[in-house]
Amino acid sequence: MKTIDPVTLAVLKGRLEQVADEMDATLYRSAFNPIIAEARDACHGLYHATTGATLVQGTQGLPIFVGAMAFAVKAVIDKVAREGGLQEGDTFLFNDPYDGGTHLNDFRLVRPLFRKGVLFCWLASVGHWLDIGGNVPGNFNARATESFQEGVRIPPVKLLRAGVLDDDIVAILSANSRVPQSNWGDLNGQLNALDLGARRLGALLDEYGEETIAAAFSAFSAGAEAMMRANIAALPDGIWSFEDHLDNDGIDDAPLTIALDLTISGSEMTLDFSRSSPPCKGPLNIAYSTAVACCYVALKHVFTEVPANAGCLAPIRFVIPETTLLGVKAPKPVGGYTETILRVIGVLFGALGRVAPERAMAAPFGTINALSLSGARREGGRFVMFSFFGGGLGGNPESDGLNHANNPISTATIPPVEILEASYPVMFTQWALRPDSAGPGRHRGGVGAIYEVEALAEGETDVFLLGERGKFAPFGVDGGGPAALNRFSWQTEGGEAQPPLVSKVADVRIRKGQRVRLETPGGGGYGDPFSRDPERVARDVRQGLVSREAARDSYGVAVAADGTLDAAATQRLRQEIAA
Amino acid sequence: MTTASASMVGVDVGGTFTDLFFFDERTGRFRTGKVPSNRGNEAAGFLDGLRSVCTLTDLGAVVHGTTVGTNALLERKGARVGIITTSGFRDVLEMRRRDRRHTWGLWGDFEPVVPRDFRIDVEERTLADGTIRQPVDVEAVRQAAQALLAQGAEALAIIFINAYANPANERAAFEAARSVWPNDYVVASSQILSEIREFERSSTAALNAYLQPVVGSYLGKLDAALKQERFAGSFHIVQSNGGVMSTQTARHLPVRTALSGPAAGVIAAAAICKAAGYDNIITGDLGGTSFDVSLVAGGVPALAAQTTIDFGLVIRTPMIEISTIGAGGGSIASVDSAGMLQVGPESAGSVPGPVCYSQGNERPTLTDANVVLGRINAERPIGGKLARLDVEKARAAIEAHVGRPLGLDAMSAAEAIVRIANARMAGAIRLVSIERGHDPQIFTAVPFGGGGALHVGALIRDVGLKSALVPRFPGVTSALGCVIADIRHDQVQTVNLDLAGFDVAELDRRMAEAGREARAVVEQAGLSVSRIDVVYELDMHYVGQTHTIAVPLPMTLGPEGTGLTREGVRSAFESAYQKAFSRLLPGIAVKIVSLRTAAIGRRPAFDLGVMAPDETASLETARQGSRPVWFDGGWHHTAVYARLDLPVGAEIAGPAILEQPDATTVVDPGLSARVDAFGNIIVERKP
Repeated sequence: MKTIDPVTLAVLKGRLEQVADEMDATLYRSAFNPIIAEARDACHGLYHATTGATLVQGTQGLPIFVGAMAFAVKAVIDKVAREGGLQEGDTFLFNDPYDGGTHLNDFRLVRPLFRKGVLFCWLASVGHWLDIGGNVPGNFNARATESFQEGVRIPPVKLLRAGVLDDDIVAILSANSRVPQSNWGDLNGQLNALDLGARRLGALLDEYGEETIAAAFSAFSAGAEAMMRANIAALPDGIWSFEDHLDNDGIDDAPLTIALDLTISGSEMTLDFSRSSPPCKGPLNIAYSTAVACCYVALKHVFTEVPANAGCLAPIRFVIPETTLLGVKAPKPVGGYTETILRVIGVLFGALGRVAPERAMAAPFGTINALSLSGARREGGRFVMFSFFGGGLGGNPESDGLNHANNPISTATIPPVEILEASYPVMFTQWALRPDSAGPGRHRGGVGAIYEVEALAEGETDVFLLGERGKFAPFGVDGGGPAALNRFSWQTEGGEAQPPLVSKVADVRIRKGQRVRLETPGGGGYGDPFSRDPERVARDVRQGLVSREAARDSYGVAVAADGTLDAAATQRLRQEIAA
Repeated sequence: MTTASASMVGVDVGGTFTDLFFFDERTGRFRTGKVPSNRGNEAAGFLDGLRSVCTLTDLGAVVHGTTVGTNALLERKGARVGIITTSGFRDVLEMRRRDRRHTWGLWGDFEPVVPRDFRIDVEERTLADGTIRQPVDVEAVRQAAQALLAQGAEALAIIFINAYANPANERAAFEAARSVWPNDYVVASSQILSEIREFERSSTAALNAYLQPVVGSYLGKLDAALKQERFAGSFHIVQSNGGVMSTQTARHLPVRTALSGPAAGVIAAAAICKAAGYDNIITGDLGGTSFDVSLVAGGVPALAAQTTIDFGLVIRTPMIEISTIGAGGGSIASVDSAGMLQVGPESAGSVPGPVCYSQGNERPTLTDANVVLGRINAERPIGGKLARLDVEKARAAIEAHVGRPLGLDAMSAAEAIVRIANARMAGAIRLVSIERGHDPQIFTAVPFGGGGALHVGALIRDVGLKSALVPRFPGVTSALGCVIADIRHDQVQTVNLDLAGFDVAELDRRMAEAGREARAVVEQAGLSVSRIDVVYELDMHYVGQTHTIAVPLPMTLGPEGTGLTREGVRSAFESAYQKAFSRLLPGIAVKIVSLRTAAIGRRPAFDLGVMAPDETASLETARQGSRPVWFDGGWHHTAVYARLDLPVGAEIAGPAILEQPDATTVVDPGLSARVDAFGNIIVERKP
């Protein structure tokens, strides 16, 4: 193996990341559906020719995909090993969640890059398509008990053979979606991104040569591994455990446990999830690759400086048995995977909070709240408004949690109300911060949100929701308190209804003029709330983010009706509670 | 057209220095000036500068590039603003687009410029199609305004949902609020930006209100000082779009000054290069902490639709597209725990500055590397504040922090720092050129500001640019830009029309109306112009997409309207889409989202030849001897020249160093430099 000088290495790091970043940007700009274009639910990178390991990743790619893509490329490598016949210009397409995927909406395109007739590496693109059949528009079917009810599953197939598009595959995809045009637009966007990546990488290979670029790939991986090992070695050796729960699986109203035993030994870390619940009936299961990917996301949020490539997972050992809901096989439903991976990430934050609170953070709001409103348009045709909603991040050693943020698994922005109202027959009646939703702490959690939407469509509007945190609130760390629970309700003829399975809703219809209301959790608190600066608590009260009652009960801070701090009463309150 | 302004001064007030460029249109005389900026009392520094280059009583016009707005935003020193908004939407400004600061890492929070207790909602609602679902309760608006006043608000923004589709409720609320508000600082969001997307419009309107009192009082002070000096001419401000506006417009739309100074620099660079025969350029302004890049293709600077000043602070208004990376002279070089050499984004700034300044920083910077390599003259630092630079200290810091961890000696480590910085600058240039589909081989790099000319050679080689052009006075490029910039006014209106079925006559009528409005603003600015162009652009997409592409229309404003046709719009869209994504999507419906209108008052041509070196210049007088400079792994005996004394037509083979008071140009081995008829230095590969 050729060695590479440190200066060329640093130059190539920037150049190669730029290739992946540019692929991301191309898809964002040309995609059809807002989940890619606005929410950036997509990712691109370069992958190892024989192992599929991540070599280089865009800096903006959706975090959860960054961890999962290597498994997707490996799935294609295995297929080629079985069947042969790989040609320059081939491009594979698939969405199989059990074979390196996440859920059915995430369509992966994987293309080999050849140099002088030899496979040099793989390029891949993944993006979330709006709808791929199944019982529920948008595919977040909270009641699915088999993958077949969630949508159409496509194993790795050749969409392009030596550069020629297979129209038959496109026809099959088209026939199996409620929004074929949107999927066609996104598919073209992903092809744009792969074309561009191949051109850019080709030019870079012309400039530096295959050997130098390959040496750079190895060096990136070795560097990331060294950095991760140094981070782990700095933590004390030992075993720490942490558990959290999901409300239910959408079928049976029984909680599911995600349990982690985290072992640190020298520069290595073991993440053992064996004590977690067995596979469930409903769609809250995840496949092994998804579980690894979300652990990667959690670690990257804590050890932010470690570069995004395969090297950073080298010192981590995973124990994720098939007998748990975190390592299932087909056809166990996995459409609600977002909720489960958020809980896995939270559990890792919680365990690390016990190991080293100065590096950790309290739980983020922890649910994507996939809400779909659908019905008939006045001018004919169907509409499906599908979006994910925000909440608060956890308090942390540096600051309060961020108000109304996206989830750790994504960098998604939320579509503007005005775009949603211009596109669908709905009217938002509230889009606001939710008072008393943040976990109290020396640094409180970020505040969650209230979204209220009125149906304007003439006929009935179908409501589906896949959410969580209806029973188990986002936890605090290092003495911080929990945030508020997630809450969903809708108007009926007689008043207001709430889902029997708390945050999961299917087969609910509202009429024109009726509203649905979603109140999302904030983040957990960090540190003892009784040590929070009373002036800051009083300010939160004046801002309407914390009520006077909560200031008194959760923080031991007395705030007068006009919002000013009552310092003497505060001192008394805090002494009483300390005593 | 308005009368000639006779003589004018461009004034660019930066953080450290105020640069001036005086020009007399009658005699063709010019003068440059540089005085220290007077932070906190800008008017004093401003007047000192003006007096140093001209007599104020005879002066026709002052055109000003300012950072007062930018600084107020970055330092969060704007006014106390109140917001009145639609019931249920009080928190749009604070909820942002539900983003976070970094992809990786979840720490950090966000304070909006208007705190929650200064945001009040009132009953009113407009739907997306413009229907008024609920008329605004004007009495509630008056009460809200009074409550905000009582709390201490100095400026007011009225921001209603869907006001882009029908501004009637916002206008009614605006009138009601004005009736009780004690000053002029009241805006309605649709007056600032009549475009879909409530957060971007809210942020732009709120930041406009936030800046109004600050910029208003700043301009008021300058106005008063100018009057006291019996200045009888007109006073203008450069906007972020590179066009000039009246101070009256600037007081109303201060948010449009956010990139005032840098935009003027790009305008000047474009004009200098056009005169010199270069239409395709990439400007690079290397400062203490950042490198700002802009692209000018075919003589026209690229415009961006919006910018993010800081996390959560979005301004949406057309502006010269300036891409910034955190690599400047003060950027710190370090080796991370994976053994990777990094330069920036952490910076030592100008205080304490590089190690060689001996002001307390011990970690090596890009400037330290340039000093150690002999590229910067340690005995004559730029700016004149320091007597000399400490080369030994810089060398020791580079050896300790970069050399040892990488196993390199001090000189190789210094060269490595410069190479990494060059690579980052090259990356920024690729981002605006290759990534936008431009071929770098036809582009010329134009460094301005103090440091850029040190790195032009690397940019030519790393990116494959055609050449570099160093303007004769790189330090006053922005001030020159103030003098030559066109007058410009932009407007936007979201229209949401289907291409297949829209009423052509109706859109044509709206375009003509918008064109006439924009033209009137330019006519009222009071600077001489040779003509006024009205240009149109549509934001369009395929139905279902949320992003749009900018579609320039070939139509312009005539006496009979604009000559708009459906087919004309379709073909303009298809050619723009094809260019952007290289594939069309036949069969999918196309939508016109927004109409953008700009009126541009073209300024009379400015003869840049006046700046050329005079006939007394000669190669002999310019020659300053030589010094050893480190290139490509070894010391090279390198000739040094006083750049301003070089005659037209002089040719100098690299390696060479060309020095002038505010910049140093490095001509690398293998490159050569020549002086063109305007006194610019052109650096190219040796033939």
